[in-house]
Amino acid sequence: MQTNPEKLTAKERLAIPRQEMPQRPGDVRNKDFKEVNLGLAEQVAIREAQRCLQCKNAKCVSGCPVGIDIPGFIKLVAEGDFLGAAEILRSANDLPAVTGRVCPQEIQCEASCVRCKSDAPVAVGWLERFVADYQMQHGSKTAKLKVKKTGKKVACIGSGPSGITCAGQLARFGYDVTIFEAFHRPGGVLIYGIPEFRMPKEIVDAEIENLKRLGVNVETNVIVGRTVTIPQLINEEKFDAVFIAVGAGLPEFMDIPGENFKGVYSANEYLTRANLMEAYNPEAETPIIRGQRVCVIGGGNTAMDAVRTSKRLGAIESTIVYRRSQAEMPARKEEVHHAEEENIRFEMLTAPVEVLGDDAGWVKGLKCIRMQLGEADQSGRRRPVPIPGSEFTIDCDLVIVAIGTGANPLLTKTTPGLKLNKWDYIETDENLMTSIPGVFAGGDIVRGSATVILAMGDGKKDAQNIHNYLSAKQ
Amino acid sequence: MFSALWNPFGIPRTESREFFEFHGVAKNSVAFFMFEIIEKTEIGPNVTWYEIKAPRIAKSRQCGQFVIIRALAHSERIPLTIADVNPVTGTITIIVQTVGKSTHEMDSLKKGDSFRDVAGPLGQPSHIQKYGTVAVIGGGLGTAVVYPQAVALRQAGNKIISIIGARTKELVILDDLLGSVSDKLIITTDDGSSGKKGLVTDALKELINSRDEKIGSTSSPSIDAVYCAGPVIMMKFVSEVTRPFNIPTIVSLNPVMVDGTGMCGGCRVTIDKQRKFACVDGPEFDGHKVDFDELMDRLKTYKGHETKKYEDHKCKLTPKN
Repeated sequence: MQTNPEKLTAKERLAIPRQEMPQRPGDVRNKDFKEVNLGLAEQVAIREAQRCLQCKNAKCVSGCPVGIDIPGFIKLVAEGDFLGAAEILRSANDLPAVTGRVCPQEIQCEASCVRCKSDAPVAVGWLERFVADYQMQHGSKTAKLKVKKTGKKVACIGSGPSGITCAGQLARFGYDVTIFEAFHRPGGVLIYGIPEFRMPKEIVDAEIENLKRLGVNVETNVIVGRTVTIPQLINEEKFDAVFIAVGAGLPEFMDIPGENFKGVYSANEYLTRANLMEAYNPEAETPIIRGQRVCVIGGGNTAMDAVRTSKRLGAIESTIVYRRSQAEMPARKEEVHHAEEENIRFEMLTAPVEVLGDDAGWVKGLKCIRMQLGEADQSGRRRPVPIPGSEFTIDCDLVIVAIGTGANPLLTKTTPGLKLNKWDYIETDENLMTSIPGVFAGGDIVRGSATVILAMGDGKKDAQNIHNYLSAKQ
Repeated sequence: MFSALWNPFGIPRTESREFFEFHGVAKNSVAFFMFEIIEKTEIGPNVTWYEIKAPRIAKSRQCGQFVIIRALAHSERIPLTIADVNPVTGTITIIVQTVGKSTHEMDSLKKGDSFRDVAGPLGQPSHIQKYGTVAVIGGGLGTAVVYPQAVALRQAGNKIISIIGARTKELVILDDLLGSVSDKLIITTDDGSSGKKGLVTDALKELINSRDEKIGSTSSPSIDAVYCAGPVIMMKFVSEVTRPFNIPTIVSLNPVMVDGTGMCGGCRVTIDKQRKFACVDGPEFDGHKVDFDELMDRLKTYKGHETKKYEDHKCKLTPKN
């Protein structure tokens, strides 16, 4: 720890350029599943932290869905007090090592940084990641919690970012918390969805371990709605409140001819096989089709994860097929940039019209049509319109559909009295409570497909609301 | 293998026993030893009957539902129909045919061992109602799927005529059990070594044409509904037999599945030109509306992989001198 931090003037701070994130070269890393970014070195992190002007009315904080004291933690990084910085992070954010890696900082905290006007924003995400990793390697383990137990039980359904956050907060409030996870391994989308090269699974495991040290009970292989229902949790297992955070659901398909040929995956299936079932590991038993030429349809983070995974599983050519232009792509900028470095092809303004198959029923190509941007639609993005007569075929043996998900009916259809909106997502009131008293919800099953940090923001708010609700009930 | 290279925080891998201890799921944990094998019996060549401790599932399971089992920490997730439950002892019964590496690994576990994961009950419960006379048809291991249906249909007041089809005598399973809940049991084998020589469809056609089977009525057809499970080709031809007579025909589909909760979409089947997910919309569907050819084709997706894995696995088991 540095005892005499450098005293820098604002001018000196402004003179420091944004530091670089060291990363493994594109043509090396696209052959394995090790992490892309290597993380900042201590001196580089301090240098980057010194760029922060410590604004009195820091705009970055309001850009953060969980309201982290960003100047506060960065100040301690600049002073070399990394564990102190970690404490500040953890007081607002249960998963800093996760959000430091997967948050879309460029549209949140970093977008509001005053340094955007002069050169480049302070690398809040990289610093967050640095501090969280430092704490994992050098800090003491989360202490067993000494809080006064309320004697009340809360069930969190789902162990993704929302469930983890809510469970952690509730445990700190003194509740007896049980997480129910449908899969055999907790972590939700952080485990089955986001690949190892972007979100090492050890980090998720460590966070689950932290939760357990807080006294949270994690039960896997429990599919709420089937193994046990919400009314049973309340009436028979005597839970005082329930938090539903079951996440994304049924994969959407394109409804074009040929989608059921062998060699067409939903991104959910492809990534679940690759990540949760570890199909990239030759020792694992779950098979995966390793395409030579792969087309991934979609422009979000899931599409980027799938296309980069396919390259790592040995594809000669991996292509993103997206119907709008690169500017409209919802994926994080860094992911698109990393994909480009890894020799991913981008077919922009292109929409698939048919999956072509060979005589044995295997995919052999993707027939597409070129698009042009027309008028803006409700989302404010310009609507793509097909250019007549521009059809062409991309030769491929694997097609991965990454165009989003719909609401999963498994829990909602087996919970009588649970009010849903017209897209079958759960409807909540201003306190994030559902139509059933004592049952709260958050994350993707309320919002539709969103981000890790928004789900975490919900989990945090829900924990506070559940606490308020149960305190008022006394 | 990759994680072995990159593991800065020194956390044990999920494959290892240490992982559970590390995560506080320690020796005496209920969670870890929840899926104990209480009973294990060989009921046919490579066909094994397991009774597994799974109290939550035993309590909530309805007829027609399935579980997803992982034998060991690196095993595949495989869907298996729950043949029976005992809510009092908190056990479920599954019947497994050893056909590949994952099922072979299941078979490597003994009575008293535990399966790593058992998740369920999944899928829609069987649609059970009073029809009159119901033909319950099981081909091979499909007999384990239709047995609980026969029980439920009989409880609903139906007359049950069961047909078991197999290639040869040794492969006829559960005939005693299914026979005990049936008013009549017909066995067909391809080689005639047991029961009638022929296919289940031959027996079914004969039944439909004979009018004396139906209780209190002589009007055609003699069968009011068919419940069928087994090889896809068999379900397809059974559905073709009943189609001209408009006999309701319920088939239980077995597509490739990963999560079983509607998330992966791998189990998509085409029913009446619509996309359905067998895990959440099924596994039972109207046989007259199923695209069986597509299902048969999609089931071939991992054929090569499975055979190779199993051969590699058997090689490792055979000692080399």
